[in-house]
Amino acid sequence: MSVQIDEIRKVAKLAKLSIDESQVSDVCDGFNQILGLVDKMQQCDTDNIKPLANPHDAKQRLRADEVTATNERDKLMQVAPETEDGLFLVPKVID
Amino acid sequence: MNIEQLTLAELQQGLKDKRFSSLELTQSYLARIKDFDATINSFITVTDELALTAAKLADEQLAKGNTSPLTGIPLAHKDIFCTDGVKTSCASKMLDNFIAPYNATVIEKLNQQHSVMLGKTNMDEFAMGSSNENSFYGACKNPWEVSCVPGGSSGGSAAAVAAGFAPAATGTDTGGSIRQPAAFCGLTGLKPTYGVVSRYGMVAYASSLDQGGVITKNAEDAAIFLNAIAGFDAKDSTSVEKANEDYTRLLSASLQGKVIGLPEEYFSDQVDSAISQSIEAAKKVLEQQGVTFKSVNLKTTEQAISAYYIIAPSEASANLQRYDGVRYGYRCDNPKDLEDMFVRSRTEAFGEEVQRRILIGTYALSAGFYDAYYRKAQKIRRLIKEDFENAFAVCDFILAPTTPTPAFKIGANTKDPVAMYLEDIFTISVNLAGLPALSLPCGFKGNLPIGMQLIGKPFSEAELLQAAHQFQQATDWHTKTPVLTKA
Amino acid sequence: MQWETVIGLEVHVQLATQSKIFSGASTAFGQSPNTQANAVDLALPGTLPVVNEQAVDYAIRFGLAIGSDICRETVFERKNYFYPDLPKNYQTSQMDAPIVEAGHLDIQLANGEEKRIRIHHAHLEEDAGKSLHEDFHGQTGIDLNRAGTPLLEIVTEPDIRSIEEAVAFAKKLHSLVTSIEVSDGEMSQGSMRFDVNISVRPMGQEEFGTRTETKNLNSFKFMEDCIALEVERQIEVLESGGSITQETRLYNGQTKVAKSMRTKEEANDYRYFPCPDLLPIEITDERIERVRGELPELPEAKCARFIEAFGLSDYDANLLTQDSTTAKFFEKTTGLCSDAKLVANWLLGDVAAMLNAQELTLSESKLTPELLAGLISRIKDKTISSKIAKTVFEKMMTEGLDADAIIEKEGLKQESDEGAIEKMVDEVLAANPEQVANYKAAPPEKRKKMSGFFVGQIMKASKGKANPGVVNQLLAKKLSD
Repeated sequence: MSVQIDEIRKVAKLAKLSIDESQVSDVCDGFNQILGLVDKMQQCDTDNIKPLANPHDAKQRLRADEVTATNERDKLMQVAPETEDGLFLVPKVID
Repeated sequence: MNIEQLTLAELQQGLKDKRFSSLELTQSYLARIKDFDATINSFITVTDELALTAAKLADEQLAKGNTSPLTGIPLAHKDIFCTDGVKTSCASKMLDNFIAPYNATVIEKLNQQHSVMLGKTNMDEFAMGSSNENSFYGACKNPWEVSCVPGGSSGGSAAAVAAGFAPAATGTDTGGSIRQPAAFCGLTGLKPTYGVVSRYGMVAYASSLDQGGVITKNAEDAAIFLNAIAGFDAKDSTSVEKANEDYTRLLSASLQGKVIGLPEEYFSDQVDSAISQSIEAAKKVLEQQGVTFKSVNLKTTEQAISAYYIIAPSEASANLQRYDGVRYGYRCDNPKDLEDMFVRSRTEAFGEEVQRRILIGTYALSAGFYDAYYRKAQKIRRLIKEDFENAFAVCDFILAPTTPTPAFKIGANTKDPVAMYLEDIFTISVNLAGLPALSLPCGFKGNLPIGMQLIGKPFSEAELLQAAHQFQQATDWHTKTPVLTKA
Repeated sequence: MQWETVIGLEVHVQLATQSKIFSGASTAFGQSPNTQANAVDLALPGTLPVVNEQAVDYAIRFGLAIGSDICRETVFERKNYFYPDLPKNYQTSQMDAPIVEAGHLDIQLANGEEKRIRIHHAHLEEDAGKSLHEDFHGQTGIDLNRAGTPLLEIVTEPDIRSIEEAVAFAKKLHSLVTSIEVSDGEMSQGSMRFDVNISVRPMGQEEFGTRTETKNLNSFKFMEDCIALEVERQIEVLESGGSITQETRLYNGQTKVAKSMRTKEEANDYRYFPCPDLLPIEITDERIERVRGELPELPEAKCARFIEAFGLSDYDANLLTQDSTTAKFFEKTTGLCSDAKLVANWLLGDVAAMLNAQELTLSESKLTPELLAGLISRIKDKTISSKIAKTVFEKMMTEGLDADAIIEKEGLKQESDEGAIEKMVDEVLAANPEQVANYKAAPPEKRKKMSGFFVGQIMKASKGKANPGVVNQLLAKKLSD
């Protein structure tokens, strides 16, 4: 499989990245080289193979429903770019 | 004292015998970092004041006899582990201003032992890379040959230990990021079984592959260090619930009767001849210790690279979505609206390789491609695991090169990402199968160290460390240190 | 042309856990912004989720209540999209293997018929935070207290054919989730939110029309209004020769205006994939049986029991078991004053009217079972009449005092003293000689009605406090003298 420039633009939009117009064709070429590498997978017959998500095929442990966190707002928000009255501020959200 | 020569075991003994204090040790390492790291660039942050305070506290503990194995021992940490009150950058402009407000479980465990943090080491941005060239803070240099890379992504940790800036350092390994730099820097690097070391507070690259581990001077140190950081953690759903074990317990046991598998696929002509020769010599040493060899097959070796470069970028694309400029990290100047803030913050603050992998992952997961890519890769992952299981039916460990070549020149692979990805061919399968593996020094090509890799069954860390330690009893590759010159 | 409406609902129900679905932060409502958002909720680098067992058990409980199979290996997936109140910029949700498989809920329609609405599945997911659009120098404030609150998203098949059915389903579902106590059901706090998929088609046509989805309606009324508006809009578009665009719409309940948010072409590509930080949850027989054992009485069973045990009418029992707060309130009050019928009458009459007028829910109001039982006890022991009781109730609600205190303070105690009442009867009769004469001249069958005049006068003279029984008895005696 290989991708075209407009597909790269679509993917970048999904990923919230912008690709400079002057670079988009280079990015596209590099992208296709990598797809060439990963397409080797298709040589492998995987019919009837169950996907492996966790190397140990482990199962989820469940946590008791207990409140263990305390209010650490001041500490946690110290690293925030912009805050006011305990809120994170962002450019206006328009639905 | 020649601190650059001392192992963790020797430091433990020295502190116990009061030949030096933790403060003296800490001061010596800090002085060495100050003298030489301008050339190597292995640290992003040196926490000298915190280190001195911690060392004094450790000395008090030592005086009281309240000691744990790592009390008072200075260590360096890959800048991927969150450290409360200390910048945790992941070598990214995105987190250049990020003072972590909490400790990773690994850091918490080491703090409880009163070990001393010297600083946070350089790495490839968000652990994406095999050369440490993808760092917002500049490339880290190989202490053996400063025109060469130290490997990556835990390049700073390996370089720091090789340079004698710290006796040991933490690292993380998603596709070889502990073993490859350990090989390039002449060190012992252990990537434990997936789930042995908690991932809580370790900034995620690819969650199902990431595993914390150690880079040390030798196998005994790796066992001592692993004892301190391994163990079940309720905060990490993928942490394995099993009793703590003493990873040093088998170190002195003989290798008599052990069978080592040699995967045909790993001894191809793409391996540098110096590496093949060093491994041949190593086999002779092991043979003398009672080991026998058997040829095994890992047929999926080539597909493993392909599967890895789908799974890791896919998981990364989602893991790195949280970097949006809202709650922490970089936010672009004067965003004109929300979309502009998201896009510009991410585009301005992520490096080229990180963006490349995010794009690949986003594409692989997008509508219509999921089955052909991600799901297919997860199926191959099972085949890889089964390949190893079949091999381990006839052998105790697998021996292989860690890398196809010794450390390469800085800049040699930067224009060709695919060539760079192929550097990981011998290390990647292990992560996909979740197995433990270590790299240990077995020779030199000129001035550059060569590493070989031992791969074990799940949870066989103690046996792997035993094999490496026994090999190191008969060889001295691991005792070599580079000569540094001041900048 | 005759049009048929086709509706499917996606209902988000907040589960009543103490802590969040993936972190140990509290889910309590109404706290200061970001005081209940810990490192995990803020998606700080390196943080990881661990699943809350109670959320899983609540989802199973719901599944058992709607007759579903429970998925034995349920999986969390990441649903990727950027939004500033979604801290990881993916929502941990479920797609391929949701915990609750197909089930159904039967609704009762006004014409007495019952209709089965099939439920496609229900899945667990995390709630997002809140964007506050008040003006922060032209910016939006983000509060992540709600981020990570467990949600059960219940997805119906497109089986609903009218507004009436949609509202009946929504109310029935509300009644169910509160009765089985998996949610507090507080609509005003967003504990239950509806996404409505609406399409219309010519009556008799099999194929579905193009649908729109209106998101995030948080009251039955908004849902009702929104459906009416959207159905009307779609019919208008189609009848004027246009076509419906598949799109997501927003409805403002206050202004009653809806608008398009995004069309299918602009729709997000959510890139679902299994969350690698979480593992598949194995749901064992033991767990299912344990949860089954904990399943509270379902509304239907409770209704039947109320009819049987308390002698209530079908109608009253049904109303009282619509939500568990009311049902519990009823049982507790009845336990305190032992008059089920009177308690039912009060709850469904004066209490309901008061709540309606003040736009409160029972749990939000000042009324407690103790207060209501106190009032009813005074009616039963004839300390006050039913009429005075209404006055006492109003004062209870405004002053927050109990019935005894109000009766005492206002001097509302019923007058049962025969001497005093006889005096009032005599005075009234003396003041109205003409009516007395008319009464005596009238045939006996008309007398009963005529006596009402005197009773009214006497009650008026006593300011309503005279015991009506005693008044009637004395009046009858005097008038027959």
